[in-house]
Formats: sequence, C-alpha cells, structure tokens
Amino acid sequence: MDDLKDLYQEVILDHNRHPRNFRELEGCTRQADGYNPLCGDRLTIYLHVDGDVITDATFKGTGCAISKASASLLTESVKGKTVAEAEALFRRFQKMVTSPPDSPEDFSDLGKLFVLAGVREFPVRVKCASLAWHTLRSAVDKDRLEEPVTTE
Amino acid sequence: MKMEHDVLRDPVSAVEVKHWRDDFPALREKVHGQRLVYLDNGATTQKPQAVIDAEAEYYCHYNANVHRAVHALSERATEAYEAARHKVQRFLNAAAAEEIVFVRGTTEAINLVAQSYARPRLGPGDEVVISAMEHHSNIVPWQMVCAQTAAVLKVVPINDAGELELEAYERLVGPRTRLVAITHVSNALGSIVPVAHIIKVAHERNVPVLLDGAQAVSHLPVDVCALDCDFYAFSGHKLYGPTGIGALYGREVLLEAMPPFLGGGDMIAEVTFEKTTYNELPHKFEAGTPHIAGAVALAVAIDYVQAVGLDAISAYERELVAHGTAALSEVPGVRIIGTAPDKASILSFIMDGAHPHDIGTIVDREGVAIRTGHHCAQPVMRRFGIPATARASLALYNTREEIDTLARALHRVREVFC
Repeated sequence: MDDLKDLYQEVILDHNRHPRNFRELEGCTRQADGYNPLCGDRLTIYLHVDGDVITDATFKGTGCAISKASASLLTESVKGKTVAEAEALFRRFQKMVTSPPDSPEDFSDLGKLFVLAGVREFPVRVKCASLAWHTLRSAVDKDRLEEPVTTE
Repeated sequence: MKMEHDVLRDPVSAVEVKHWRDDFPALREKVHGQRLVYLDNGATTQKPQAVIDAEAEYYCHYNANVHRAVHALSERATEAYEAARHKVQRFLNAAAAEEIVFVRGTTEAINLVAQSYARPRLGPGDEVVISAMEHHSNIVPWQMVCAQTAAVLKVVPINDAGELELEAYERLVGPRTRLVAITHVSNALGSIVPVAHIIKVAHERNVPVLLDGAQAVSHLPVDVCALDCDFYAFSGHKLYGPTGIGALYGREVLLEAMPPFLGGGDMIAEVTFEKTTYNELPHKFEAGTPHIAGAVALAVAIDYVQAVGLDAISAYERELVAHGTAALSEVPGVRIIGTAPDKASILSFIMDGAHPHDIGTIVDREGVAIRTGHHCAQPVMRRFGIPATARASLALYNTREEIDTLARALHRVREVFC
C-alpha cells in the first residue's frame, strides 16, 4: 500500500479537496480546454499574460484527484513566471512523471510539484497528472487555441 | 460440467460456483500480491480452459483455410467453422444457419447493418430511432449513416432509474422511422430493456428492429424467433469466448436483399472485370479469411454456457446483483447509478468525494478489477450529470465474497478521501 501513499500524498488530497485558483479568470488573455477522452477529465486553463509574464492563472473543470491537484498546483507554480519559464517547467514536469519510478534523477527542484512523482508507479495515471500541463501549453501557444488539447 | 438446468432448479450452491471458477485459469492470477477479484466482465469475460484449448487445437491439428481447398485439413476446418455457425444459430434460436454472419464483434455487426441495410433505404428526413443508453457502438454507426443520407437520429429518453421511457418511444416511432436500434441490456446501467414490447410497437408500424445484445447474451436466454427481432448482434468475448469474433443474426429476407458490406475473397460467386456476382448467404457478408479459430472457440464457449444453463446463470447473477446492491449501499457516500428493477449484472456507482478513477486505482491495489470512466456511453453520463462512474460487472464465476472484498476496498477509498 506504500505506492498508494506515494500517489495520494496529503498535499494532493488537500489540493483535490480545496483546489486553488479554481475559478474563471475575468479578462483573461489566454484560455485553453483540455480533455482526456479516455476518462472524461475536462478542464479549462485561464491565463492573464502581461507582456511575457503570466500574471495570473486559474482553472475550472472536473477530474480525478490527480488531475485536479495537478491543475491546482500548476496555477500556483506558473503565476509570476515568464512564458519561457513555464514552458521549461512543463518539460521538467513531463520528464519527472514519465521517467521510471526507480530513476536516479533528483526532481526535488520542482518544489511542490514533486509531490506528483508518485504517479510514476501508476502508468495509467500519468495522463491525469499531465493533462493540465498540456492544456497550459496550448493556452500559451496562440496557434493551438482553436482545438481542445487531448492527452490521446 | 452439468447438464442444462430447469428454470425451477435449486439456487446455485457455493460448491457449484467453485467448480465453475476452477474452469477459468485467469481467475487464479494474483495482482499486487492479492487474489484477483475480476469484476470487469462487462468489458470482457475470462475464458474457460475449454475455450482456450479449442483455439489451440484448431491451430495444432486442423489449421487450414475454409471454403477453399479439397484437402483434408481444409475440409476439417470448414466443417468446424460451419458447425460453429450452426451452434450460434441454435443458441439464438434463429430459423436457419444462413441467418448467422460471423463478424469481429457487435461493433462490426452494427456497422454492417448501418451500411448495408440502412444506407440504401434512408433518404433525407427519414429517421433512425436509438435510445439514450446506447453504447457508442450503437450511436456512431447511425450518426455516420445519417450524415451520409441526411436522415435524422431520434433518441428515446431514459428516466432517473435508467429505464427506457416507453411512452416517448411509442411517440418517436413514426411514419419516417426506417429502423429502431436499441440495446438489450445497458452496459453502463444494467437495465434490461423490454425488447419484446419495443419490437411489437415497431412492427405494428412496419419498422424493423436491431438489438445490441453485447451485454445480454451471457446473462439472459435469447430467442430471436420468439422475440421476432430483425437483427441481433453480439460479441464472443463477452460470452466467455475469444476476442475478434462475434455474430450478426439477420432475418433471411432482409439479409438476402442487402448488398455486401465488404468486398473480397469468399464473398463472391464469380468475378470478372466486367461484373462480380456475390456468394450466397451468409458468405456474401464474410469477405476474406474469417477468424476460424475464434468461431470454433466461440462454439465451445456457447457449449460451456449452455451446459451451465442460462437460466441458472441468470438466477444466480440476480442474487449477486441484489447482494452487491445491498453491500455497496452500505458504504457511506456510495450512490448506485442505474436502479431499474429489471437489471442484469451491472453495478455502476459513484462515491462522494472520490472520483471513479481514484476509486479504480485504490481498489486495484486490493486486487479488485473494476472499470472506471464513461463506459463508452458518454450520453448516459451526461443524462445523470456525472463525468464517470465506477462499474462492477458480474459473471457466473463471481461470488458474494468477491463483492464483499470490493465493499471493503471502498472503505479504504473512504479512508483516503473522506
């Protein structure tokens, strides 16, 4: 049962119960929908981008504890970052959740996002953790605004 | 194995179920160090050893193509393949073996009827009637054919219990209706549709009816003659048989008038570059080398189910559903979705504070395999205003103890989330 404890850490359960920045963002400059057709998880990410800086980030949607907590943590961690920094964070996060569970690489630089490392033991749940991040990417990439992003 | 039981047989004993379980090798698997509790039978059932052996025996002893060569092996393969067709015919009580078309599964069967029966008959404004509790495979083929012909898809609503609204159905079948396509048993809710009534109403208006039997054939006796249905589709792998094989029953007069679905070998009588004449039924609809091993093993699966007896299976599973409904209802925060009084073998549920995927992950660690998500029935989820459910679906080899294991695992879910 230790794997389960790694997956459902207290921080994740807390963000699931009380998601941060869980609202539409009035006057947002970017927005994108994410959808996981396999499980029906659906979320929208709203950003306020001023120049090159993400000054505000919020989300709405339905999903499992992992996808909700991941989106909630995402909004907290990209606020105040430049678009390029957010993109780098996306890549680092993706690397963490898709690396083997016994990978020697230290991802503690991801800070609070490191709590999601537990999904590595649950390959089918990796998409739950990365949905919000793919959606964020779609939101900052103007060319991809039209189609909802999916994890398939 | 036992002989077919009477309807008035005694309740199934734990000893009998133990014997049935012993026939299914996969049930001895362990997952995450726990004994497997397989409650995802609506997705696919496990296979008895006899079915597994039948496929191997075909490949070991008489692997050859059918309907082609004069050599002995091909004759044996053809004989076994056609014997399987007769088995399916008797299983569904079809009037003739020519009315049984082997397909990959229910999905292909429905697509075949949509393209070969419906498409030539549909024009702008004509209507196809389906229900709000269909699997995507009984929605999308009709949307496709409606898009091709400018016909209109009409959807019979369901009530809060997950039952078809029959009055609405009777209103929806009108002068423009060309076909009714409805599930026999709902995969997401378990509701048993009163298909005899559905067919009677449609036939009064000269409308043929297709039944999606994917979730029905392993739980209820099906008699297409008694039902008087026009098309009946099912998949072998949900009936303890192999994947990749299923059957379409079609009334002979309808099949006869339909053009082929796929073109190729085996479905022709004569080919010249000027003109091809098609083979007779049912070969007209079986282009290419069929899934011979699958058909042969499906026949063995049917033997298995009939030896246990569908009446016995049905009665036993009803007890299990009743036990499961009570056991799950006792878990605080659990709500069962699909509460029709007439229900087969499906326990769909949601839980306060826990998303179905999280439920699925946690119970999996206890060895319990359930399905979570929309069950390829997104309109059903929308109807109940939920994104997904957790679904335990039962088979003849499941036990009350296994359901109790699921209920205990749900208490663990509560420990994590509540």
